Amino acid sequence: MSDPGPTLPDRVKRHRLSTRLWHWTNALCLYVLFASGLGIFNAHPRLYWGQYGANFDAAWLALSRFGPAWTLPGHYDLALSRRWHLSFALVFAFALLLYLAWSLFNRHIWRDLTFRRGDLAPRYVWQEIKDHARLRFPTGAAALRYNVLQKASYVGVIFILLPVMILTGLTMSPGMDAAWPWLTDLFGGRQSARSIHFITAWLLVAFFVVHIVMVVLAGPLNELRAMVTGWYRVPRGRNGEAEA
Amino acid sequence: MRPVLTRRALVAGLTAGAAGLLAGCDSLARDERFRRALFSAENMHKWLQRSLQDREALAREFRPDQRSPFFRGNGTLNPDTEGYKALWREKFVHWRLRVDGLVVRPLSLNLTQLHSMPQRVQTTRHDCVEGWSAIGTWRGVPLRTVLEAAGLSTRARYLVFHCMDDMGDGQDYYESIDLVDAFHPQTILAHSLNEAPLPVRNGAPLRLRVERHLGYKQAKYIARIEAVADLAAIRGGKGGFWEDVAGYEWYAGI
Repeated sequence: MSDPGPTLPDRVKRHRLSTRLWHWTNALCLYVLFASGLGIFNAHPRLYWGQYGANFDAAWLALSRFGPAWTLPGHYDLALSRRWHLSFALVFAFALLLYLAWSLFNRHIWRDLTFRRGDLAPRYVWQEIKDHARLRFPTGAAALRYNVLQKASYVGVIFILLPVMILTGLTMSPGMDAAWPWLTDLFGGRQSARSIHFITAWLLVAFFVVHIVMVVLAGPLNELRAMVTGWYRVPRGRNGEAEA
Repeated sequence: MRPVLTRRALVAGLTAGAAGLLAGCDSLARDERFRRALFSAENMHKWLQRSLQDREALAREFRPDQRSPFFRGNGTLNPDTEGYKALWREKFVHWRLRVDGLVVRPLSLNLTQLHSMPQRVQTTRHDCVEGWSAIGTWRGVPLRTVLEAAGLSTRARYLVFHCMDDMGDGQDYYESIDLVDAFHPQTILAHSLNEAPLPVRNGAPLRLRVERHLGYKQAKYIARIEAVADLAAIRGGKGGFWEDVAGYEWYAGI
């Protein structure tokens, strides 16, 4: 113990209010949007590529309806699924917009989400992957930063998957297609947009599952408290010292 | 070492969480005030879309070679009433389109008269509320032309399309649009699909095309167009059969 470095407090303020508000708004929106989205999908559980696609055209995916435990409402009601979906889509889209604006302003994106020099060096990334796979979580000051895998998945979700959900959703609207004709060109047609919307929804579910597993493994109470109150207990190394 | 998290515990936890959320959401949706809030999103979408859209912004038009090989029908595929069958057997020569309500000159038009008016041809995408799309070429009279012939009253705000298909209990299908859509250049009364007279499954002898909206707005088997100041007094008051019966959005640009 010659030089323990700068000492870390036991607890630190980890998540800003903007991040916490957005996180929980999103959690609710993503549940409602996913479940009501499956309810809407059930009206025509077939997916196509291109501008058009109906029963007599070749589908790349044809499923039977999702059961009542999956959908919102918990029975088949296309109109009500649409009411849920289209109202929470507004909350979701404008919350993302506000969060991005706020996070640019308070420099959250720049400070926490942008890759630093060395972050993307193959050896470092490989080390992170190995540590993750062995469920070796960082302690001390390292636990206060997002590691490169976290950054990559957050950046991928915030800047790619969520905008793709919103834009493919808008492409399915005949009114928006008239207002912004570039939407259908961007995705190669309305039915392609519908397919991408469906695939991306499941990518978000995959993110959610990994996210929950990581939270549970890293210490669910501490992680949960940090996302509710902002306060996070700094995990200690094996010798009980903060590894700065 | 005991695992912190078993797969079974995780799946059980997530399932219980989802079931709780679903039950909560379902009971919320039964609350009248919450329902009103949920349903009010339609007005926000309408306002946003109308703000972003040029009033005359056109729906995309396609080339004839981009059409769906088969244009499916949906909803009523054949009205099948005695009255309709009689009209169909005579190739609709006895059918008339009535235009009345808040107009200066009520009209009664037959197919020959509609064919002799200026025509518009458009190959557009039909988007069903269920999710499928089909592309077809429609030919017909711009609604604007008919409304100008009838002389719309300045009090008229909506056009109600009364149809010939009985949806049960003597309730005919109906739909309505406002004047923004009524005077849109692509809003036509179509009598042809893909260069042939409208098939029965697609709404023979005349259907509405209002291209910036979903399929249920495209009223088929039209018998009468009524100009009104308000939708509240018409049938269930929500402006359309599915709007009244199932809670579909009246603004179907979404």
